[in-house]
Amino acid sequence: MSLALRDVSRTFNGTTAVRGVNLEVEPGEIIGLLGTSGCGKSTLLRAISGLDSEYDGEIEINGNVSRQIQDTASFIFQEPRLLPWLNVLDNVTFGLTGKRKDKENRAIDYLESVGLRGKESLYPRELSGGMAQRVAIARALVTSPEILLLDEPFSALDAFTKMQLQDLLLDVWKKYQSTIVMVTHDIDEAMYLCDRVVILKGQPGEVEREIRVDQERPRDRGSEYLAHLKSEILECLDLNKK
Amino acid sequence: MAEQQNSTVSGYASPAQIDIKQKGKQDSSKKNKGSLLQTVLYGSIIPVALIVLWELLSRAGVVPSNQLPAPTTILEKIISLGQDGSLWGHIWITTYRVFAGFIIGTVAAIVLGAVVGFYKKAEQLFDPMIQAFRSIPSLAWVPLFILWMGIGETSKVVMIAVGVFFPVYLNIVSGILGVDRKLIEVGKMYGLNTFQLVKRIILPASLPSFLVGMRSGLGLGWMFVVAAELMGASQGLGFLLVFGQNMSSPETILASIILFAIIGKLSDWVLKQVEVRSLHWQDRLEK
Repeated sequence: MSLALRDVSRTFNGTTAVRGVNLEVEPGEIIGLLGTSGCGKSTLLRAISGLDSEYDGEIEINGNVSRQIQDTASFIFQEPRLLPWLNVLDNVTFGLTGKRKDKENRAIDYLESVGLRGKESLYPRELSGGMAQRVAIARALVTSPEILLLDEPFSALDAFTKMQLQDLLLDVWKKYQSTIVMVTHDIDEAMYLCDRVVILKGQPGEVEREIRVDQERPRDRGSEYLAHLKSEILECLDLNKK
Repeated sequence: MAEQQNSTVSGYASPAQIDIKQKGKQDSSKKNKGSLLQTVLYGSIIPVALIVLWELLSRAGVVPSNQLPAPTTILEKIISLGQDGSLWGHIWITTYRVFAGFIIGTVAAIVLGAVVGFYKKAEQLFDPMIQAFRSIPSLAWVPLFILWMGIGETSKVVMIAVGVFFPVYLNIVSGILGVDRKLIEVGKMYGLNTFQLVKRIILPASLPSFLVGMRSGLGLGWMFVVAAELMGASQGLGFLLVFGQNMSSPETILASIILFAIIGKLSDWVLKQVEVRSLHWQDRLEK
């Protein structure tokens, strides 16, 4: 599923948060939106998702220009946002329609793939942060989205869980070939996961640069190539103190 | 976490695990029973001690029995009322009034509260007026209701309903307005329409606040039934209070007060059980 942003801007009560963003995303591509806080990354993602329709410019998903929420898109938020009154299984089936049995079987498959088989009847309060976020991932994937939007999905997790879930995301991507757009402020994460990293900068945020990560997956987190790239990105964000 | 993951991946049904699970369950049920007993035990230490002290003081003649009769005298009074059959009539009519008023008040509060919670326009139209009415002490309505509806059942039930209405209404409105926007966004992301959003997200999310409102509404209902029955009734626990006063029989008054306490507590316990059942998912402080 392809995605295109044409001259997208968003203004809140007279303050422009993000300005003039153009972006073309190929089907199956993983794009990272990277930038310091307040440069409009999340704003942009919410515009793509349709949760926010008050932007200027055009967003085209699979050839359709629309400001509505797309049922082919899924959103993974920064927090798990599980519904506390539903157990894990019902949370995962939340967005599905159809027969209960079919829904549940499907949900169990996805719970298996995020490593939570057997935890179906737990309630969100009984889950650790990482488990809850994995349930949220299963919930987003179970509808087989063609486009997956992630808003700093792993930023609240510890380093090890984070790496685990990044690999999980790649497994899922390999299996379902969804197009992924993810917002992040973690440079390592962006380089490890993405085909292209779009760097936003300034207030209002504008696209500063696009960096292509030309390396086969699975990538080596400690490779020289990525280290070199990281310093380039830091340079670009004016964060490289010399 | 890695360990948990391994055990789930490698198969959920290994016998050893099931064993542990069942054992865990048994333990927890045993613990529940134990803790119930403990709750009852701890909760009754102070009341029992006070009652014993009271009885002893009465017997010793320290407190005059025509002012404060001994607990046993009060118990005898309740038993004798039970034996001549009038007790059940009093209890029944009072309970009936409270529940009729409670249901009418709650239903009215649900309807208005939901409309005000969901629609901005309705909030602007109704809420200021309801808030203004709220600042009138509800007992001030009594003379007017008696004038309008006479001294019969209607005026009593309406009064109780008015008392129940406000806490339930306020809690429903604040419950609906307090639903986390983030959860509503989840619903929107799955393309739910307004009706589905209400049913699947807003209602369950505002349920805790609604139940709190119901419980405080019920408490007020019991308060207002006393007021209503004091004003004029020929039957009911509130009537027993007045009757005891007129006959200068403090044991009748105390018997009535104790019965109020017991029935009030029982009805609250029922609601509390409903709350525990329907809100088991809440992440609360456990001491």
